[in-house]
This record gives sequence, structure tokens and C-alpha cells, in this order.
Amino acid sequence: MFSNILIYFVVIPLLMLAGLALCRNIKQIRTVAVVGSLALTALSVFLLIDYLALRAAGETAPMLYQGSWSWFAPLNINLAVGVDGISIAMLLLSSIILLTGSFASWKIDMPKEFFLWLVLLSTGVFGFFISIDLFTMFMFYEVALIPMYLLIGVWGSGNKNYSAMKLTLMLMGGSAFLMLGLIGIYFHSGPEGHETWNLLAIAENHSIEKGWQYFLFPMTFVGFGVLGAMFPFHTWSPDGHASAPTAVSMLHAGVLMKLGGYGCFRVAIYLMPEAAHDLAWIFLILTGISVVYGAFSACVQTDLKYINAYSSVSHCGLVLFAILMLNTTAMTGAIMQMLSHGLMTALFFALIGMIYGRTHTRDIRQMGGLMKILPYLAVCYVIAGMASLGLPGLSGFVAEMTIFIGSFEQGMMDYLSGAGSLRLVFTIIACCSIVITAVYILRVVGKLLLGPVQDEHHLTLTDASWWERTSTAVLIVCVAAIGCFPNFFEEIIRFTFSDKIFTVIGMN
Amino acid sequence: MDYSQFLAMKQEICLLVVFLLVFLNDIFMPKRVQAKIGVITCVLFGVYTLLCFFPQLMPDDAESAFSGMYETSPAIIAIKNILNVGVFIVLIQSLRWSSTDAQVIRRGEFYELLLLTLFGMYLMISARHFLLFIIGLETASLPLAAMVAFDKNRYESREAAVKYILTAVFSSAIFLMGISYVYALTGTLYFDQIADVFNYYGTDAILLSIALAFVIAGMGFKLSLVPFHLWTADVYQGAPTPVTSYLSVISKGSAAFAFLVILWQAFGTVYSQAWEWMLYALIILTITVGNLFAIRQHNLKRFLAFSSVSQAGYIMLGIVSGEAMGLAALMYYVLVYIFSNLAAFGVVGAIENATGKVSRDDYNGLYHTNPRLAFTMMLAMFSLAGIPPFAGFFSKFFIFTSAISAGSVALYVLVFIALINTIISLYYYLLVVKAMFIKPVDDNTVPLMQSSCSERVALWICVAGIIGLGIVSPVYDWLLQICGC
Repeated sequence: MFSNILIYFVVIPLLMLAGLALCRNIKQIRTVAVVGSLALTALSVFLLIDYLALRAAGETAPMLYQGSWSWFAPLNINLAVGVDGISIAMLLLSSIILLTGSFASWKIDMPKEFFLWLVLLSTGVFGFFISIDLFTMFMFYEVALIPMYLLIGVWGSGNKNYSAMKLTLMLMGGSAFLMLGLIGIYFHSGPEGHETWNLLAIAENHSIEKGWQYFLFPMTFVGFGVLGAMFPFHTWSPDGHASAPTAVSMLHAGVLMKLGGYGCFRVAIYLMPEAAHDLAWIFLILTGISVVYGAFSACVQTDLKYINAYSSVSHCGLVLFAILMLNTTAMTGAIMQMLSHGLMTALFFALIGMIYGRTHTRDIRQMGGLMKILPYLAVCYVIAGMASLGLPGLSGFVAEMTIFIGSFEQGMMDYLSGAGSLRLVFTIIACCSIVITAVYILRVVGKLLLGPVQDEHHLTLTDASWWERTSTAVLIVCVAAIGCFPNFFEEIIRFTFSDKIFTVIGMN
Repeated sequence: MDYSQFLAMKQEICLLVVFLLVFLNDIFMPKRVQAKIGVITCVLFGVYTLLCFFPQLMPDDAESAFSGMYETSPAIIAIKNILNVGVFIVLIQSLRWSSTDAQVIRRGEFYELLLLTLFGMYLMISARHFLLFIIGLETASLPLAAMVAFDKNRYESREAAVKYILTAVFSSAIFLMGISYVYALTGTLYFDQIADVFNYYGTDAILLSIALAFVIAGMGFKLSLVPFHLWTADVYQGAPTPVTSYLSVISKGSAAFAFLVILWQAFGTVYSQAWEWMLYALIILTITVGNLFAIRQHNLKRFLAFSSVSQAGYIMLGIVSGEAMGLAALMYYVLVYIFSNLAAFGVVGAIENATGKVSRDDYNGLYHTNPRLAFTMMLAMFSLAGIPPFAGFFSKFFIFTSAISAGSVALYVLVFIALINTIISLYYYLLVVKAMFIKPVDDNTVPLMQSSCSERVALWICVAGIIGLGIVSPVYDWLLQICGC
């Protein structure tokens, strides 16, 4: 079992938990957190290089590094792991955000408990991305959800009790749908007596009848969609993100919301392609609304975190939107968008946390001219904003471009083949979100960073400290890397969308 | 008569031996030894519990005795073992309470009555004839009323005892009424013969439905299924905490197993005609109403009472499948429920013994004054709510899986309603977590306190169970194997 590299993505966080439990002072806690997340980052970078080497050597299995250990044998539940390019990209993203998140919460109250819950949360995240067994996947998914309650409730700000409860209950509501969907999938996963929870085996068997798919697809898609902030189940997101402490907002918006998109792709669409094809229009409409509505809502908010949370709704909506195009280009874009949004939004939340820690307000009407006072943070904010509105050279541009090209391609194809113009219309509507994004980003930049200083107390503020610089610099480098070398990242995920897999999914 | 038949009743006989030893000790031994009666009971019962786990003592197949009135099988022994584990923890938990000044002179009776009720529960589970079943039922209920009234100087305790005995007698009467209808329909009281008659002659649907309604209502009182749950909250609140925990896990667990045996063995052949829909309605009502009432409770014992009402609904989900997998899931659920609920009651009891506080508001900021107790309580709440990686998640998942395995659309709807209810239940379990971890310390908060050694031991066992039972898969595999999957 321990000869499989993937298992260490769960083992290291567990060791971190044990280490944290033994820590006696803040220095030790910081050491454990940073060393552990550095180890995870190193592991995922190594995995990435090794994966690319294997692929270059002509490895064609859909999932590599597979391992499976029997857990509840009578119910065919295994601890099955395996990764493809998408999972590796997600693992890399998670470890980077955990690392930067640890730096961002350098001076948190009650650090021991905080990091315990944070690491427990990331155990769930890593476990989710390496699992290919539906049961373990679901278990890790729920492990990732529940620490949020305490993290927001104890260390949050503002209306934290309400937000924490709302977030937890809504996400668990999603997982109620999901649990029913997964159990249903299990009972139709193979011939009688050969049911399985293994993703690949279920896709191979392809034995879920169409009638059941019509029932199970919405269940799983909505289940994961709640976490992906799909309209109308997105309302937990603004409140939750606004109340959460910095590192938690980073992890939650940066990584946890990706669990939703990843799950929609990996479980709902991958296992039930026919229903996905037939029912995509319902969810296209919903996600289309998320994209535009989220952007418009961000325009009228005055709280920095709310602005960013609504912008997350819009961007994550775009991920689901692209996945539902069922088209290679758009899906590649969706994965790029997950990476891009994860890094970018983590950067945003880190910066907002740092600004809030200094000014003690997040209301943009009470701040101004910060560019002169906090030049480092302000420049970082502008870079994050530019990435968000899709400036070429940064990650947002690459992702959104790919998504819209793919969607348009599919929309035109639908239109020309007489399959209706829904995709085309919604692509055009979703494209508008780029402009709206520019509106709210530039509005914030203008009010917050430029113009006269609103509050003279702000004149004495100090710029970023070294740990804050580390945290933001790492994220900015990553955002720029995706923007400058999109081919490399496309390379990582391309194989997943190769013809062989797509015949399994059953689409072009 | 062939006296070797008694060998089938190994567990009952061992339990009686333990009971007699405790009883004799209480009567005849010198004062110095008598004073140790709690510890002695724990040790004797612990040894007995361990003994029962030895596979050499188990029959390989089902055995029956007394012309089929009594049956035992590996599954039944496992059920009794599960109850034993729970009783063992309850016994440890009660040590501190039973040595308080008010209880010290009559604590012998407490242990004796407790062991007697357990004997009654054994008979309920093993009975294959309604006469033996009724004997077991009465043996299990009547001494419990005395236990509920154990704090006889407290008004609530006496009130609870009266309520309990009245409901117990009333429900027995209803149950007997149902049995008399069944006898009228079939002319026999043996479970298997009842099933045969229904199978062979068909059924008079109306009479059978009435009979079943009475039988199910009678058992519903024991299990506190809605709408027969009205006694639960008052009795749980009034009874001494160890008795409450005994009522909520052991009494409820044994009633669930007995209910399953009756429905499957005697009425299994008329499943879809007669009791399927009654059961569905009961489950939905129980889970939903229990949850909705639990939200409003501030007294933690009342709160746990309503939470255990809704848990009974989840336990019932194991019955609907009608297959061995359902039995295994139900056994596993009860086992996990024993550990989780006893951890919750353990914390409530420890705090009540030390400070007398049972309100949720007294738990505000408990994490800052008593971090370990707060942490244990949190684990219990998460396990009851079904959050991984704690055992409650696995037991809920498996019981839902087993319920769906039959595959009808109605079952999907049923499980869906149950799943929606897990969210409601998560809400009120989180309220307790919120009080302990998020709210600040105030004047009412339980101060830093020392719990006794016995309470800590019991809590450690529960915590080990909550964390270990789910992740360590052999437990569930063993149960499945015993049930013949």
C-alpha cells in the first residue's frame, strides 16, 4: 500500500495532524504547517514530472499510479486511487494554496486548533482528488466540508454564525443528493452481483440504463453543483466567503469549489454521458445564469469579500458551463479555468485579508488611495484583478478564451445541425460576463487603490511583511506561469480528453 | 423433557449466573465487599461480555429449543453481544452516580434490576413464540420503571416513572390485542407457523391489517416511534442519566431487533400487502417529527431524547429491505449508535454529576473550560449526524444502501426523505457544537471540573468506538458474514 506514491497525499496531512497535536508553541505549529505543505507541493511537482515522463513514454491507460486495497469487501468498497492529468493539476493547485494559506495565517489566534481543522480539510481535498472509488471519494468530500463550520464559526468575522451554518447545511444538502445518486449508481454499475464503486469500471461497464441516468444524473450534478456554486444553490458562497478567515476563504474558493466542477465532470458526465447529453440544456441555463448574475451582483457590492465571492460564483459557473458543452476544447478550458480561478481567487482573498487586517474594514467606500500607502499589496491586487478580467499573459485570458472558443464551436455545430440554438445563445450571453467583470474589477481598483485617501488613520499603515510577500508572490508566479505557458498546462490535461476516453464518454 | 435443550440458552444462563452472583454479594457479603458492588458488577459483566465473543462458544448454525419457542443463531448471539457491549459501558458510566449519597444504600438494586431487564431483552430477541416474547417484553419493561424512579426524592424522576409504567402497560395491552387478532386469524402463536398459515391460506386483508396495526403500535411504543413517542422526552429528562442512556440505547436497540424478528419471521410473507406502507409512513414520521422537535429543545437530555426518536427512524430503515444485508446494516447501526449516544450521555452525565447543569446554554464556551469533554461531545454529535470519518457516517451509508438494495422507486423516495432529514439533524447537532466551540464563556458556563476515573474510562471506550468502528472495516465484514451475506 505504501509503495504507491498517491497514498502519501493522505498520509502527509495525517502526519501533519499528528504533529500539530503534539505542538506546544506557535513556532512549532508554523514549522509543521509549512514543512508539511512544502512536502505536499514537492510531491505534487514530482508527480507531475513523473506523469509527463510516463505519458511521453507512451503510457495510455486512462488513470496512472492505480492502486486498490479492499476496504469493505462484501460491499465492493475499495480504497482505490489513481490520477490523470486533471487530478494532478488539482493536486498541484491544492498544495500550492495550502502552502500560501499557511503563510497567510501566520498570526492567527488559537493557531493549533486552526491548523488542525485546516489540515483536516485539506486531507479531505487531497483524498478526493486521488480517489477513483465513489465511496472513498464521497467520504473525503464530506471530510472536507465539515471543518468549514468550525473554521468560519470560530475564526470568522461579521455575521459568522449565520454564514457558517448556512454554508454547512447547504453543502450537506448537496451531499444528500449526491449520496442518493452515488448509491443509485452503485446498484446499476454492473451486471447483477458484479456491482462496483470503481469509476473506471463503471465507465467501462456502461450499464446504467437511460431511464436511471435521467434520475441519477441530476442528483449527482446538483449534488456537486451546490459546491460549484450553481445558481440557485450559490447563496452559501457570498456569505460563507465573506465571513471566513483569510486562509479558509483561499482554500474554499480556491480548492473546495473545484471539487464541485471536478465531481460534475468525473462522476456525473463521465459515468452518465447519455443523460448528460440530453439534460445538459437545463443545467446550461442554470450555469449561464450563474455566470452573468454573479458578475452583475459583484458590481453592486461594497464589501471586498462579497465582490470577490460573487465573482467566484461567476467564474465557477463558467467552469460548469464549459463542462456542459461536452466538447473537448471547452472542457480543456474548464480545467484551465479551475486552475486559474483557484490561484487567482486565492490571491484575491489573501490580499483582502491582508488589507482588512490593516484597515479593519472591507467596505470600499471607506478606503481609498491605498496605492500610495501599501504599494506592494496594491500592485498585487491590480495583477489579480487583471488576471480576473482576462488580460493576456495572465491565467484568466487563457482559460476564458479556450472556454468561449470551445462553446462557440459547439454552439455553431448545434445550430448548423439543427439541434437548436440554446448553446449558441448562452455562449453569447456568457461572453458578456467578461465585460461585466472588467466593470467591477476596475471599479474596485479605482475606489480602493486610486483617488484620495479616505481615512487619515490609513496613512500610518505598513506594507506587506515577509510572510505575506511569500504568500502573494508564489500565487502571482503561478498565475503568470499559466498565462505565459498555456501549452504546458494544456499538455498535462490533454491526454484525459484523448479519443480513447471520449469514446468511453460517448462524445466527439 | 430433554434438559440438554437448556444448552442452547448459554448466554441467558451466563447472564443469570452474573445476576445471582451480584445478588448474593449484595445480600450476604460483608459491608466492605458490598461497598464494591458497582466495580464487582462491572468486572463480572465485562468477563461475561468477553467470554461471549469466543467463537468456540457459538453454535455454527441456528439451534432451537423448547419445541421451537426459543431460537439462537450466530446472528442472534452477535446481537446480544452488541447489547452486552453497550450495557458494559452503561455500567461503567453509572459507577459515580451510584455511589452518590442518595443512591448508595440502594445501588445494589440498580445493578440487579438492570441485569434482569437485559435478561428480558434476550428473551425478546430469541423468542419464536409470542408467549415467550410477551414474558421477555414484560421482564424488560417493568423493572425499568423502578429504575426510572431511582432518584425517588426528585419529583421529575417519580413523574417519569409513572409515565413510563403507564405507557409500558398500555403498549403491552395494545400489543396483546394485536396478538389475539393474529391468533384468531391463524390459530397459532409460533412465528413460523403464522408465516406458513399466511402463506398457505392467504389472508383476510382487513383483519390482518388491524392485527398488524396493533402489533406495530405496541412495538412502536417501546421503540418510541412517532406517533407513539410522547412519553420519551419526559421520561428521558426525569430519569437518572445512566438509566436514560440505558433506555435510549439498550432498550431501544433490543426493541429494534425484536421488532425486526417479528416482522420478518412472522409477517415476512405478507410484507408487501400489509406492513410495507405502515412501516414507510412510520419511518418518515419518526425521522421528521423527531428532528423537528429536537431543534427546539434546550435541555440536553430532552434534546437527546428527540434525537434518539429520529435515530429510531433510521434504525427502522434496516427492516424495510427484508434481506440479510438489512439485518447486518441494522446491527452495525445499533452498534455505532450505542457508542455515539453513550458518548453524548457520558458527557452530559459527567457534567450533571459534577455541577448539576444540563441546559445547552450552560455548555457555552465549554471548549475553553473543559476541552476534552467538549471534544468528546463534538465527536458524538458528528457521529450521530453521520459525518465522516466517524463511525456514524458509515452506519448511515450502509443502512441507506441496504434500504435501497431492493430497488423500488418508493425506497428511493424514502431514503431521499431520510437524507434530507440528516441535514435537519445536522443543524441541531451543530447547535451543540456551536455552543461549546463558538460561543464565548459566560457566567453560566460549566466551570473547569474533574470527571471521575470511571466516567473517563467509559468515554475513552466510546471515543475509540466512534473513531475505530468505521475505519476498521472487519467489524462490518464480520457482521455481514454472520448474517450470511
